[in-house]
Amino acid sequence: MSSDDEFMSDQMSDDAYGDDDDSLGEEFDEDDDQDFDDGKEDKPSRKAYEVDFKVFSDEQIRKSQQSQVEEVSSILGLPGEQCAILLRHFKWQKDRLIEKYMDGGEEVLEEAGLGQSYDTLPRLEKVRGFACDICCDDERGLDTYAMKCNHRYCVNCFRQYLESKIKDEGEATRIQCPSEGCSRIVDSKTVDLLVPAEVDNRYKELLNRTYVDDRPNLRWCPAPNCEYAVDCAVRPAQLHTIVPSVSCRCGHNFCFGCGFSEHQPCPCSLVKKWLKKCEDDSETANWISANTKECPKCISTIEKNGGCNHMTCRKCKHEFCWVCMGPWQEHGTSWYNCNRFEEKSGSEARDQQAKSRASLERYLHYYNRYANHDHSAKLDKDLYVKTEKKMTTLQSSSGMSWIEVQYLEAASKVLQQCRQTLKWTYAFAFYLERNNITYIFEDNQKDLEMAVEQLSELFEKPTDQLANAKKEMMDKTAYVNNRRIIVLEYTATGLAAENWKFTVDLK
Amino acid sequence: MYTKRLNRELSKMNQSLPPGISLHSAEDLVTWQMDLQVLDNNPIYANKTFRLNFKFSNSYPIEAPEVMFVRAVDREIPIHPHVYSNGVICLDLLSNGNGWSPVQSVESVCMSIQSMLTGNTKNERPEGDAQFVLAAGRSPRDIRFVYDDPTV
Ligand SMILES: [Zn+2]
Ligand SMILES: [Zn+2]
Ligand SMILES: [Zn+2]
Ligand SMILES: [Zn+2]
Ligand SMILES: [Zn+2]
Repeated sequence: MSSDDEFMSDQMSDDAYGDDDDSLGEEFDEDDDQDFDDGKEDKPSRKAYEVDFKVFSDEQIRKSQQSQVEEVSSILGLPGEQCAILLRHFKWQKDRLIEKYMDGGEEVLEEAGLGQSYDTLPRLEKVRGFACDICCDDERGLDTYAMKCNHRYCVNCFRQYLESKIKDEGEATRIQCPSEGCSRIVDSKTVDLLVPAEVDNRYKELLNRTYVDDRPNLRWCPAPNCEYAVDCAVRPAQLHTIVPSVSCRCGHNFCFGCGFSEHQPCPCSLVKKWLKKCEDDSETANWISANTKECPKCISTIEKNGGCNHMTCRKCKHEFCWVCMGPWQEHGTSWYNCNRFEEKSGSEARDQQAKSRASLERYLHYYNRYANHDHSAKLDKDLYVKTEKKMTTLQSSSGMSWIEVQYLEAASKVLQQCRQTLKWTYAFAFYLERNNITYIFEDNQKDLEMAVEQLSELFEKPTDQLANAKKEMMDKTAYVNNRRIIVLEYTATGLAAENWKFTVDLK
Repeated sequence: MYTKRLNRELSKMNQSLPPGISLHSAEDLVTWQMDLQVLDNNPIYANKTFRLNFKFSNSYPIEAPEVMFVRAVDREIPIHPHVYSNGVICLDLLSNGNGWSPVQSVESVCMSIQSMLTGNTKNERPEGDAQFVLAAGRSPRDIRFVYDDPTV
């Protein structure tokens, strides 16, 4: 054993799995490896904003624990049951456990709540003259149970106690003996013996969960009811140089660093700050999320029904941008500067009041766009769902095959993803100090934004025209996706090189 | 429900209780009230009696009882850095998790709270008392306290 478990993911993240004694590849069964390994080997060179990761099923996680338990068991010559408790106690740092155990076995066992020798199968006993300290039952022939610490209770109370710990408190590795002040940890043999199968399964699930929680290279997919875990080598100390987006087999994209929904290009610490700020400032910023606005020209009320920000007033045909309310014509040209906040000249912000107003204005500029993309993403999705329904009708009437309408789904997915990226570019920009590279970033952002609006606009076409817009839509989808890659590449490269200057500390 | 256990506790308390602790009322097996005095001459609590309300769930004593101070005629909420002015007590042993053990009882809880008061020298409420009382309404056992100062 040469290396510490802590570092094993680092050393294996780029290399092939399985060469090293300690690699995770060895923890997982070879034949299981195949179905989640594909796509990794033949993947072309990784982009700057991508990280390597693997997705593991609940079952694979379970097996990997089992094989480690067996390995330690054969080295230390202890029963698997005890090794499992020891490994959990040592947060699965196998080498540290083995080293410590070699130094002083008894001490290690004591520390892990195993105390002295620990041999026979646990069993129920009937004890003469016994009265249970929990329920006060003292009937003859009462089944009782005690762990090695000899704190004896009736089976019923012991079971109730364990069920309450497991089901209500979600506890598994830290359940202590019911006796006051006894720190003996309830072992899984005891749990197996005393609780019904359904609770025992929950207990095993919880044990399985703690394994992932204890390993810095593993994280459960946060999607509700998802049972996959992701293995990624990125560590908290690296989070100011990388934004590790991973995608689970269930379809959920999330950040390995903080568990939040994917937020590239914005680093985790800025995401946290930004969300906190938005929460604090929600009062002042609330007016933005309103769903209706007045046409800047004829003052009639306009309701937004799709994600596209290119608005055309039904009454006077005036075209304008929903976000900045400026004329839309300028948005398609080099005059477009909807994404850039123009700092007011210093003389204007002379007194303190003007300064704080300027700072609120600046915040609102970014918040407005951030919230708008968030909102637009939802509207885009609604529109897609409606469109899809219409397409299904169209499909049956026009005889188009299902494959032929798939491009709509692809376009919708890309649109969602780009809105998500755009949203976070505004939080990123809010904390950015201005310099030459910020201008390039803003140009990239602008290009992506324009492309997204154009794609979004295509969805607003009437259904009969939509069928004819297939090529246009597919081209736009590819183009938009490319613009997203450019934004992410540029920001990720800058983060890795620590070129960006932020107004706040990233660490 | 652990009827036998509660009845056993009650009959034991009717026979004898440690000094300074007395049973005020126990009309059913759901809510009991205990009166508490601090025995040494701690000036903060001298000549005062406090009332504790115990509420048992069906799972008592597997689950901790809900314990708090209540106001009544001649009964105030004691001033203590771990007792909020609405009577909620921030004490490790009253929270499920590894604080509570089913071997503990009403009597032992009373004794723990009594000694918590006896040892106190700070005539003050917990930090953020006003805010906490405003936000109250939750079951005190479910409030996650931070036990930052084991000396009080
Ligand atoms: Zn019992
Ligand atoms: Zn014990
Ligand atoms: Zn998932
Ligand atoms: Zn993150
Ligand atoms: Zn108009």
